[in-house]
Amino acid sequence: MSLLEIENLSLTIGNRSILKDVDLSVAPGEVVGLVGESGSGKSMTAMTVMQLLPFTAEAAGSVRFDGIDILAATEDQMCALRGDDIGMVFQEPMTALNPVKTIGEQVAEGIRWHTRAGRAEAEERARKILDRVGLPEAKFPLTRYPHELSGGQRQRVVIAIACALKPKLLIADEPTTALDVVLQAQILDLLRDLVHENNMGLLLISHDLAVVTEMSDRITIMRHGEVMEAGETAQTLSGQVHPYTRQLALASMHVPKRRPFSPLAGEMSSNATEGVASERNVDTPNKTPLVSVENVSRLYPGRRTSFFGRGTPIHAVDDVSLDIAPAQSVALVGRSGCGKSTLARMILALDKPSAGAIRFRGETISHRDEAELKPARRNMQVVFQDPYGSFDPRQKVEKLVAEPLHLLEKKPTPAERREMAAHALHEVGLGSADLDKYPHEFSGGQRQRLSIARAIITRPRLIVADEPVSALDVSIRAQILDLFADLNARLGVAYLFITHDLTVARAITDEVLVMHEGRIVERGATKEILDRPQSEAAKALVAAAPDLHRALARKMQEQG
Amino acid sequence: MTLQTEIPREKLASLATRALHHKSFIAGFLVAMLVAGMAALSFLWTPYDVTRLVISDKLLAPSAAHWFGTDHFGRDVLSMIMVGARNSIAVALVAVGIGMGIGVPLGCWAAARGGLVDEVLMRLNDLVFAFPALLSAIMITAIFGPGAINAIIAIGIFNIPVFARVARAGALAIWPREYILAARAAGKGKALITLEHVLPNIATLLLVQGTIQFALGILAEASLSYVGLGAQPPMPSWGRMLFEAQTRMAQAPWMAVFPGMAIVITVLALNLLGDGVADILDPKSRRRR
Amino acid sequence: MTAYLLKRVAIAFATLVLASVVVFAVLEILPGDPARLMLGMNASAEQVEQVRTQMGLNDPLLLRYFHWIGNLAVLDFGRSYTYSVPVIDLVRERVAVSLPLALIALALSTMIAIPVGLYAASRQGRLGDTVSMGASQVGVAVPNFWFALLLIYLFAVWLKWVPAGGFPGWSAGIWPALKALILPAIALALPQAAILARVTRQALIEVLSEDYIRTARAKGMPYRTVLWRHALRNAMIPVLTILGLQFAFLLAGTIIIENVFYLPGLGRLIFQAITQRDLIVVESVVMLLVATVILVNLLVDFSYAVVDPRLRGRS
Repeated sequence: MSLLEIENLSLTIGNRSILKDVDLSVAPGEVVGLVGESGSGKSMTAMTVMQLLPFTAEAAGSVRFDGIDILAATEDQMCALRGDDIGMVFQEPMTALNPVKTIGEQVAEGIRWHTRAGRAEAEERARKILDRVGLPEAKFPLTRYPHELSGGQRQRVVIAIACALKPKLLIADEPTTALDVVLQAQILDLLRDLVHENNMGLLLISHDLAVVTEMSDRITIMRHGEVMEAGETAQTLSGQVHPYTRQLALASMHVPKRRPFSPLAGEMSSNATEGVASERNVDTPNKTPLVSVENVSRLYPGRRTSFFGRGTPIHAVDDVSLDIAPAQSVALVGRSGCGKSTLARMILALDKPSAGAIRFRGETISHRDEAELKPARRNMQVVFQDPYGSFDPRQKVEKLVAEPLHLLEKKPTPAERREMAAHALHEVGLGSADLDKYPHEFSGGQRQRLSIARAIITRPRLIVADEPVSALDVSIRAQILDLFADLNARLGVAYLFITHDLTVARAITDEVLVMHEGRIVERGATKEILDRPQSEAAKALVAAAPDLHRALARKMQEQG
Repeated sequence: MTLQTEIPREKLASLATRALHHKSFIAGFLVAMLVAGMAALSFLWTPYDVTRLVISDKLLAPSAAHWFGTDHFGRDVLSMIMVGARNSIAVALVAVGIGMGIGVPLGCWAAARGGLVDEVLMRLNDLVFAFPALLSAIMITAIFGPGAINAIIAIGIFNIPVFARVARAGALAIWPREYILAARAAGKGKALITLEHVLPNIATLLLVQGTIQFALGILAEASLSYVGLGAQPPMPSWGRMLFEAQTRMAQAPWMAVFPGMAIVITVLALNLLGDGVADILDPKSRRRR
Repeated sequence: MTAYLLKRVAIAFATLVLASVVVFAVLEILPGDPARLMLGMNASAEQVEQVRTQMGLNDPLLLRYFHWIGNLAVLDFGRSYTYSVPVIDLVRERVAVSLPLALIALALSTMIAIPVGLYAASRQGRLGDTVSMGASQVGVAVPNFWFALLLIYLFAVWLKWVPAGGFPGWSAGIWPALKALILPAIALALPQAAILARVTRQALIEVLSEDYIRTARAKGMPYRTVLWRHALRNAMIPVLTILGLQFAFLLAGTIIIENVFYLPGLGRLIFQAITQRDLIVVESVVMLLVATVILVNLLVDFSYAVVDPRLRGRS
């Protein structure tokens, strides 16, 4: 008999229908993956089971947990279940813990609440479970506060809270999405072990098909609040009976086709880009690298330890050297906090190195003032991770996309500006009708196209892209990667991709630089490094990277 | 109070409809307009001349002839309230203007520059905050003598750090956004970025604070003229009307009740208006309807 | 922890020094010669000059500033020109009225506001919330001196429960003295309580939408328990901030309210001193009030560190 049995669950909030006829079940000791893109209703399904929905939500159908009718249960009954028989782990570890209470208090609290245990006994149990989730007493006493822990460590605390009373069912809602791949692998291992040890049922919610495949016995695929397909993991994903399943799987494994740079004649003679294009004539010889970073370091002052003193400064970037050739596509990979974004900012001259020099097309750009940087800025642009945060919500697309034209020596007339913006939009697959819209009228994927349009409007030689696809759903992600590959071939623009995701690196880069604790520890051809990593850091990244092919192959073996 | 500061202009139409369905916004708006209209009307017409003393009509209780009664000089209380509204509105408005005009640029500057500039400006802020507004008003009046202008200056000075703080906090929340980095990558300087990206995005925040400070300004002006540091006779002001009413509470309570009600209603309307604006512009609070 | 506290102390000290410069400078440019005021209009120029030298008014500016500050530091405020008694005696007498008044008002306002804010937040959107917040909305709009007038009319003129004004002095006994302070304290406290209650509610509601509240609820604790155990302490930070700011308003309010009730406190003193151009009294009282505000804000900074472990750092 199933532990959790959801049948014909429908949910409306206000007048909006969130879920339609959802069926889902989890047996004791079973891992069920719930996959879907954003807005598919997977989190709402979990919140319905927990009965932590907004007041205006109305659920119909049946949700039974361990013989109890959840939809009919009183709040008191739910309180008895939550934290005791059902534990939950959330997506955002940085905000999931109360900042003013120690981790000991927060873990012990649920134990005391449910078991009526005394303080000492509860703390002892809290200690045990914290040890179990990998936070040993020596380094993590109960008196630690959340702000003293890293994201991965905080997620372990959240897991300890959820598992403290050995629940029958654990719900994990995107538990690793906010973490880098190495931490992700560690947390997934921990969840898997805990489930095995205690014969818990695990409902794992994720947008990442590879993660779910690796973890789950069965999977349920959702879209727009409805279940598309459900079944044994291997069978479902290898069979791909439902078209949406196939679409999702293909997108997850997508590798863009890449062509060598071959400018089309028509591209360059466009009237609108004349002012920029003419600069191509004064091209530097191909032998000089486009970007060269020489022994660059960036120090941040240490934490203030007393009124006068500070701790030892932190080397965010430590003596890094690298070159990027024109039209080359390079990935800078590393775990979160390894200094890759700091390095990127220095290359973009948005931050100054503490030591070393950065040259762009042979000219030093570090420690220059804004006016002198204009020519360099014209030739390097940036695409950010967050498609929502990277546009001023109060300006129209035309103004936003045309913003880098500020860098041109000769100010374009409004008509020219509009034409150039339209042209840039056209190149990223949007139309001139979009010029007069506001950013909120676009989806995440479209916004990332806008971001790219803004980046290419001055025909730069280099685009630095900081995790450009990590906030996007898989199907959109594939399209954006295609666009990057296409622009690389058509415009000959060089890329510096900053990512912790090796599949992105594999998809569109020629060369990989692996960064670890501020240093570059390995470099080489992308395929070479991903297939045969040498350094510890690179090995860890490669081993941890979720890979649908690999995961599916393994599942096929297990499930036959 | 956190505010969702980002309202695309195209949403204005839907904002307008939301405003029309927001009861306290509508109530606040209408009453505030009524008070402003009353003040405007007083330039052209009042029921009685407030400068003429008719001692024979002194301390008349409210009646059909004098709706709000008369004071100890026989002046019509309603007429005085109408003329006094002018003074209250003018003082509060100019004081908000001073506060915004100086405070907002300072706050934006502090946020844009950071470091020493920020530290120094914020310490100066602390300094002004250490002088309760009334205390600085007293000191200013002690130097220049009492009067409406000095009341404006005193209240205005106190508004500067308020707006500086709000602008700085708002701007600090905008600066780390990626669209600011994009603007920097487009070669724009801090001043230009502040003008093009920061200010439009903190405008609503400032608007809400503006209404709050406007209401507080009316209260402060009333306090100052109550203790004799505001507008001087014969210019009627709500605060001084209350002062004059104090010793006649037993015989003529209407002298105290109506000017006081005028203050409460005006301030209440402005607060409702401010809350309404914040509510309408903040999608998070829509649940409160 | 110490780094944070030391920084706050240093800032408070710097603010205090700057404030003293401002006060000194402002009163330097005040019109009117205190020596002449003291001696009256009939005094000869020589007499005035003699007194000026005696009082140190002819010393260089900087010297006079340091002299003044040095004396302030040892609580020597000088002698009042008009009363011809040490200012410290005047101040001591008046503080005995103003300080209890401010403290009673502060206590009253906090004791009303926090429970109301908690109640409203826990019943968000329901009748209790609407009613209490409606009342507080009106309370915010009421000028305290007008409210004081209404209280006087109701309790002193009409019901004759308490005196309409004046202060019998603490020598008359605790009860009569307290009785004279009740109405002023209520008049000061209620408008402040209205503001504080709104801030408390708002802060709680904001905290209640945080992720860690969801975590706490997922532990199986009822909404109300979560409100007490997790939300309240986090919501205290904005509440403390407002409380600190309100203290300044309360002091200013005391100046006005003392005038309404004819209480012989610091507020009355400073008004009289200004009209009599009693420079040294004005200087001293302003400095005292400003120092109090700075001290209270320092205490608020300290209490942040008690509430929020992130400010304490790792020892």
